[in-house]
Amino acid sequence: MFGRLSLAAIPFDQPIVMGASAVVGAGLLAILALVTVKGWWPYLWREWITSVDHKRIGVMYMILGLVMLVRGFSDAIMMRSQQALAVAGAAGYLPPEHYDQIFSAHGTIMIFFVAMPFVVGLMNFAVPLQLGVRDVAFPVLNSVSFWLAASGVLLVNLSLFVGEFARTGWLAYPPLSELAYSPGVGVDYYLWSLQISGMGTLLSGINLTTTLLKLRAPGMGYSRMPIFCWTALASNLLIVAAFPILTATFGMLLLDRYCDFHFFTNGSGGNPMMYVNLIWIWGHPEVYILILPAFGVFSEVVPTFSGKPLFGRRSMIMATMVICVLSFMVWLHHFFTMGASADVNAFFGVATMIIAVPTGVKIFNWLFTLYGGKVRFSVPIYWTLGFMVTFVIGGATGVMLAIPPADFVLHNSLFLIAHFHNVAIGGVVFGAMAGYTYWFPKAFGFKLNEALGRGVFWCWFVGFYLAFIPLYVLGLLGATRRMQHFAHPEWQSLMNVALIGALFILLGITFTVLQLVVSIRDRHRNRDLSGDPWNGRTLEWSIPSPPPAWNFARLPQVEHADAFWVAKQHPKVAENAGAPKTYTVLHIPRNNPTGVFVAFFATVLGFALIWRIWWLAAVGLLGVIGVTLIQAWRTDGEVEVPVTEIEAFERAHAGRVVA
Amino acid sequence: MAKQLAKAILLLATLLLSACRQGVLDPHGPVGAAQRLMLYDAAAIMLAVIAPVIVLTVLFAWWFRAGNRHATYRPDWEYSGRIEVIVWAIPALVILFLGGIAWVGSHDLDPPRALRSNTEPLQVQVVSLDWQWLFIYPGRHVASLNHLVVPAGVPIRFSLTSATVMNSFFIPQLGSQIYTMAGMTTHLNLQADEPGRYEGLSAQFSGEGFADMRFDVDALPAEGFEAWVGDVRTKTGLTNSGVLDAPAFARLAGPARATGAATYADVSAGLFDEIAAGRWRETTSTAWVSH
Repeated sequence: MFGRLSLAAIPFDQPIVMGASAVVGAGLLAILALVTVKGWWPYLWREWITSVDHKRIGVMYMILGLVMLVRGFSDAIMMRSQQALAVAGAAGYLPPEHYDQIFSAHGTIMIFFVAMPFVVGLMNFAVPLQLGVRDVAFPVLNSVSFWLAASGVLLVNLSLFVGEFARTGWLAYPPLSELAYSPGVGVDYYLWSLQISGMGTLLSGINLTTTLLKLRAPGMGYSRMPIFCWTALASNLLIVAAFPILTATFGMLLLDRYCDFHFFTNGSGGNPMMYVNLIWIWGHPEVYILILPAFGVFSEVVPTFSGKPLFGRRSMIMATMVICVLSFMVWLHHFFTMGASADVNAFFGVATMIIAVPTGVKIFNWLFTLYGGKVRFSVPIYWTLGFMVTFVIGGATGVMLAIPPADFVLHNSLFLIAHFHNVAIGGVVFGAMAGYTYWFPKAFGFKLNEALGRGVFWCWFVGFYLAFIPLYVLGLLGATRRMQHFAHPEWQSLMNVALIGALFILLGITFTVLQLVVSIRDRHRNRDLSGDPWNGRTLEWSIPSPPPAWNFARLPQVEHADAFWVAKQHPKVAENAGAPKTYTVLHIPRNNPTGVFVAFFATVLGFALIWRIWWLAAVGLLGVIGVTLIQAWRTDGEVEVPVTEIEAFERAHAGRVVA
Repeated sequence: MAKQLAKAILLLATLLLSACRQGVLDPHGPVGAAQRLMLYDAAAIMLAVIAPVIVLTVLFAWWFRAGNRHATYRPDWEYSGRIEVIVWAIPALVILFLGGIAWVGSHDLDPPRALRSNTEPLQVQVVSLDWQWLFIYPGRHVASLNHLVVPAGVPIRFSLTSATVMNSFFIPQLGSQIYTMAGMTTHLNLQADEPGRYEGLSAQFSGEGFADMRFDVDALPAEGFEAWVGDVRTKTGLTNSGVLDAPAFARLAGPARATGAATYADVSAGLFDEIAAGRWRETTSTAWVSH
């Protein structure tokens, strides 16, 4: 009846897990109780859960990312404290079977459920606004994508309380992840949650690619598309090309585990190394899926806060697209030590280094955008400068790792860990935080608290260096990743420094929450009435903050890359000032619960498959198909916005700007 | 606060210097030495590029701050052909140079490539287990568990495989690591230049006992090595007969945590090939799956 599920799946004997479960459970109950008591359910259901507005969905992705950042970071601080404690024969407080789940969950969560939601959220929010259009190409599909990501999140977190998570590392290499060596449900939790959320990511990639290719404001040719949109295009092309590989690879591993296939098993003709190749053919583009939009954010922030156009715009676009293509040609550098021939290793080593050329060009272009500017030191520019200083160090160590013989001594060491955190934190996290601070007033109509924002930045910046420079050193000393304990007492002082660094980052995350609370409290003081709080250059700043559901009452006519900036320089030409504005009736997509229902049944399906409860899996699958079919026959997809409503909104905004 | 930070930085700097006397920055063999040189070269070249970039970033941002009346504001400056050429050329030239190092280095330091030496290399077969290391000396018909003994100054030719999941065989002070994979054999050539004790480990996570998959590497003078081999031959070691054959290996294969070193006075011929081909598992598969 319940497959492999029984009460034994709940780890009553593990105080840490049960404590965490109790805290999270109590927190969830408190939130649900508050929402029920205050009667917020109809509002949440109408305005958020069933919303197909790309801005709302973008915001929900960001919230998902922030929540999971807390989860992923708790894993990080547990790992750091375990390694600081378990020296010279001490066992620490996390036994291997628990520690191994923690580092596997940390990597999985940080990549799939923190970095991806941040990046997809920013793209969802900003791309249609920058393109000057009213929504993404497929608004309902967008909601489905988000809720599938949330479904994956739910399953991963469920594994904490019911059963276990994978103990295999975040990429679950076979044969370790095969049934023979990982017989528990941990790897199944890993695989099904990523299959479900990966489907969401692929759909989101198709959606945004279509939006970028087919929906742009009149006059916006590719050469006039903002750089963030270019990086989003590159990123989404990579999603569309790479995520099917991930799904197929996991599919094969699932067949091995569920149906006794032998794709990647030891023996019976299986080849585990094929998995390692396939997973990195997805995995390396994934790196650029995350970092390219971050580059895009910096390419918006630097010109805006320097008050001048991006230097070498064509170079920047070219560099972006070169990286997009090259990112598919370097996967083997993740396993130079597998024993490929010298020619193969050398080819992939050199190909990897070539990516440093367009990346270097980007850095120089941001540098020369600063040159001759009037740099306003606000929070987004702090993140950007912090990124430029930090990222080049990660780039340098990356080039070192790209030399195959050097990688032979650095592979899998803490040097490698320091390298990819250097680019992931210094690049993706800094980029996400810059974008979050930059577009926050557009989303909500008020700015985030500036002083606390600087506090967040300095904590992350200092914390990053304290946490990861020691890891570079430890890696050179011969320390390997994923160690539950080390036998070297002389390494403890470095481990302690790294732990202090992690505590700084903890302070940074606390400040982020505090900043949000304080900013909401002070929202009336920090109102953005003009819709253009940063003296921006692109179209999203030409409309009110927060924008109406229809974004643009009249689609803008684009004649320049920095369309809004140029319009501000020549206000009369651009707006026919004085002439009465006329509006037409608009149709915007109607709220739609398809996404949340599909995700509900997908979660049921995933949970049932993990525990091998076949009747429940059938229910989940039929539910997904049923909801999809109902959506397919829906005909009332849009609501009409009357002209009077648009006029009233625009008049009110014009009144606020003048006041 | 500032004082504590300064202290932490000072501590880091000291440790950074001490790093040069341990691990991969303190090689004791030709492979590791060549790799250290490569690391230094690459670090120096990259530093020559990124240090100015870091300085210029801070300098430009500071000089062109909004409040600085001495800085010239160029609101429309967005292109310079000369600078464009330079910003593409600098990284391209650096990568051309480093790419050359990578290409030549990949071939010179290709793990299966024999080391240049007048001495006949010693063959050692390596098997990673859950979670121990087995070293077989096919020419000497002895084997050693969790303890690798080699003659100093003699090239060692390793053939490696895994009885179970993937691991990575790594002795940081000697140089290159390489994966051990079931059903496959990889090759690696290393040499310890002088006698001494080095640390060996697995660098690829392999499950519960992974953190203890460490082994000592003793590089002995040539005569000391032969004495060790003679010593092992006369001991009975782990098995009563002292022979490591397929059944004894199946019992050894685990899963079990590494608890210490042990030796085998005799090894059945062709055992490594049996393991690498996965044939040993056929006799013991039921015991295995229950793990």
